[in-house]
Amino acid sequence: MLDMVTQHLLPNIGKILLIVALLMLAVAYLTLAERKVIGYIQMRIGPNRVGPRGLFQPIADGLKLLMKEVIVPTRSNLYLFVLAPVLAIGPALAAWAVMPFDASLVLADINAGLLYVLAITSMSVYGIVIAGWASNSRYAFLGAMRSAAQVVSYEIAMGFALVGVLIAAGSLNLSDIVLAQQGSILHWYWLPLLPLLVVYFVAGVAETNRAPFDMAEGESEIVAGFHVEYSGMAFALFFLAEYADMILLSMLAATLFMGGWLSPFEGIPLLESLFAWVPGLVWVLLKTSLFLFVFLWIRATFPRYRYDQIMRLGWKIFIPVALVWIIIIAIMQVFDIGPWFTEVVEVIHP
Amino acid sequence: MEKILFYCFAAILLFAATMVITVRNPVRAALFLVLAFFTSAAIWLMLEAEFLAITLVLVYVGAVLVLFLFVVMMLDIDTSILKEGFTRYLPLGLLVATLIVLELVAVLGAANFGLEQVPMPEAAEGSNTKVLGRLLYTVYVYPFEIASVILTAAIVAAITLTLRPSKRKTQDPAKQVLVRSTDRLRLVKMASEKPKDGRPRQ
Repeated sequence: MLDMVTQHLLPNIGKILLIVALLMLAVAYLTLAERKVIGYIQMRIGPNRVGPRGLFQPIADGLKLLMKEVIVPTRSNLYLFVLAPVLAIGPALAAWAVMPFDASLVLADINAGLLYVLAITSMSVYGIVIAGWASNSRYAFLGAMRSAAQVVSYEIAMGFALVGVLIAAGSLNLSDIVLAQQGSILHWYWLPLLPLLVVYFVAGVAETNRAPFDMAEGESEIVAGFHVEYSGMAFALFFLAEYADMILLSMLAATLFMGGWLSPFEGIPLLESLFAWVPGLVWVLLKTSLFLFVFLWIRATFPRYRYDQIMRLGWKIFIPVALVWIIIIAIMQVFDIGPWFTEVVEVIHP
Repeated sequence: MEKILFYCFAAILLFAATMVITVRNPVRAALFLVLAFFTSAAIWLMLEAEFLAITLVLVYVGAVLVLFLFVVMMLDIDTSILKEGFTRYLPLGLLVATLIVLELVAVLGAANFGLEQVPMPEAAEGSNTKVLGRLLYTVYVYPFEIASVILTAAIVAAITLTLRPSKRKTQDPAKQVLVRSTDRLRLVKMASEKPKDGRPRQ
């Protein structure tokens, strides 16, 4: 018993704490990056007062939120009101257990990794729905209803996009999916699965309730939607969850479509050996940052969607596109169309 | 160790299931149902049926119960009306419940399955998704396809029953996209009017 504790439990708890701490740091600086990037897109400078070039801004924001009073509205449902932020942040952190950071740098290398991520992220909607209901406020309730319908709709499109990846790679294990993309930058799945990458990423923006799909918040229509009654640290938890989900989706996109920790110079004679010393972790983080930048870029560029347009995009455009591309991928896989699907498909005899 | 974990999960599952039917607030009942599904998924995980466990969470917790919650939150159910006549129907209800339990025990009792004769099936080696998929599409392909056809028929039936041509004024995005600026706005060319003597007209 004691042996098990020292051999398995303690190192794993250490790893979990390390991942969560680094993730929280990344979330803090993502908020700064967001304000800076959107600032420059809109010809402003962004926050530059706290610390050199505004670098301590996230810490100041965090301290401010920590010291604010948490107000519980009268006639709200106290237990659920407190539980909602917890249910929002829980799945956002739990999904990180299976993310591969490098060839052997993964906390839990499980067989059904992709399914696990999909199942855990599908639970993040509960935080929003319960927050909206427990607040006993009409605006919050409208935000919750909008979010529930939107997230369930886009989950289907996202699921289909991931089915395409799983047909192409023949595995649900995230590390195996990365290894299946080995070869060169042209072997990564962004090229054969380009429509699915677009469907996946846009559905991801909708799942995290980010602009232009932020119907759950919609400041101009329903004040702030589901978190209108929250203040202080409870409010901050919703933001932590949203940003952690953004980073997760970006890293998942990098893993599934952009070759994860593989070097982009693979297969190019001179550059490959020149960049061989760079660890895989750097590549995966660079690719993640690329997707994160697109998140911010989209927010700064597009106005908010109308609700019926969101539903139309999800059901009538994304789901059919993903379904057609799954069939195309399956045909390519069966007939060994190269350079991606040249490995022999296992023939099944009943 | 595994036994302790199993009893923990089983206790939570029973507690959640009891709360689903006893708690007064329907939203809380739905949330306890979420807990019940999640705990049964954990028990399946302990049986190394990871595909089934994760699918249970993905389908039931992630989608079905969200829609369930969606509907329950919109309705303002007054539980006092539902509880009316509880004592009056209690004897009859108890009788029906006892009958159902007896029938279930007779049909589903442990003896009928011959648990002693059949050894406990081994969990699949490696990925149990692969094994399950292979079985579904080879040995059980006909039942599987028939089930999916029945489900599709149910979906089509549900939609045709509820879909009525709406009399409301709705937007047609296909038409909205086709609109050009000339359909909405007409620019009229006209000569500028200037009075001859340079003063504004009365």
